[in-house]
Amino acid sequence: MKNLSALLAGLIFGIGIAISGMANPAKVINFFDIAGTFDPSLLVVMGSALATAFIGYRLVFGFNAKPLFEPTFSLPTKTKIDRQLIGGSILFGIGWGIAGFCPGGAIPTIGFGGQPTAIFVVAMVSGLLIGRAWKHRGILSAR
Amino acid sequence: MITEFTPYLSLAGGILIGLSAVILMWLNGRVAGMTGILAGVLPPYQQGWLNANLWRAVFLAGAIIAPMIWLGLGNKIDFAVPVSDPYLAVGGLIVGIGVTFGGGCTSGHGVCGIARLSPRSIVATIVFMLTTFATVYVLRHLV
Repeated sequence: MKNLSALLAGLIFGIGIAISGMANPAKVINFFDIAGTFDPSLLVVMGSALATAFIGYRLVFGFNAKPLFEPTFSLPTKTKIDRQLIGGSILFGIGWGIAGFCPGGAIPTIGFGGQPTAIFVVAMVSGLLIGRAWKHRGILSAR
Repeated sequence: MITEFTPYLSLAGGILIGLSAVILMWLNGRVAGMTGILAGVLPPYQQGWLNANLWRAVFLAGAIIAPMIWLGLGNKIDFAVPVSDPYLAVGGLIVGIGVTFGGGCTSGHGVCGIARLSPRSIVATIVFMLTTFATVYVLRHLV
């Protein structure tokens, strides 16, 4: 059951990303280009996604002691705002600004995005693996 | 490249993205963050990997298939990449490294994390959004 529910969530996520404009680098970069060809669409995407999740999570946590198909909620346990969080987020912002794709925006374009998606996704996956190896070696250690 | 403001599609897409996060939390107790989901399907594959991570692979499959079904039904998805291949490669690499150290991206920190009012996610989102604005400004107006 937990795989069926993950499939359902993935399908809804993919459609949402695709129609919202989040999968369209031209639109994403225009949102960040306030001084140029500004397109506010992404503010609507992030605002409505956040509002939906905000209300939905409250209902989920308010009415359920545990998830339906798993014994416990798996929530992040880290609370410290450390160098890794800040440094990693700065890097992510630089990469997002350069390419116009974020991870959640890129994956749903794999089936139709052709070469640009392929290049970005291969590079991003390489980055994930490199990042993991560096993290294990203690580069930019948490402090 | 000018893109049109798409308030209704972006609203609908954003609600679906939020709904996906709520469903995954309600049914499986999991955060719908693309960084963590991607990281879970990458090597090394130790014993018990499949059992622990199959839901992630299934979520990804759904996210990839859904837009293809959407297109197959005769709908349109706006998609344009005003970025050259080398920029996509460099951007992708930096995104992959950044989200690994930052522990999340737009979906995990920006939607799910802020919806839980996680201080780490609020800080991460502010940092990567500001950095992306700055990066796009530099690339579009200063370089």
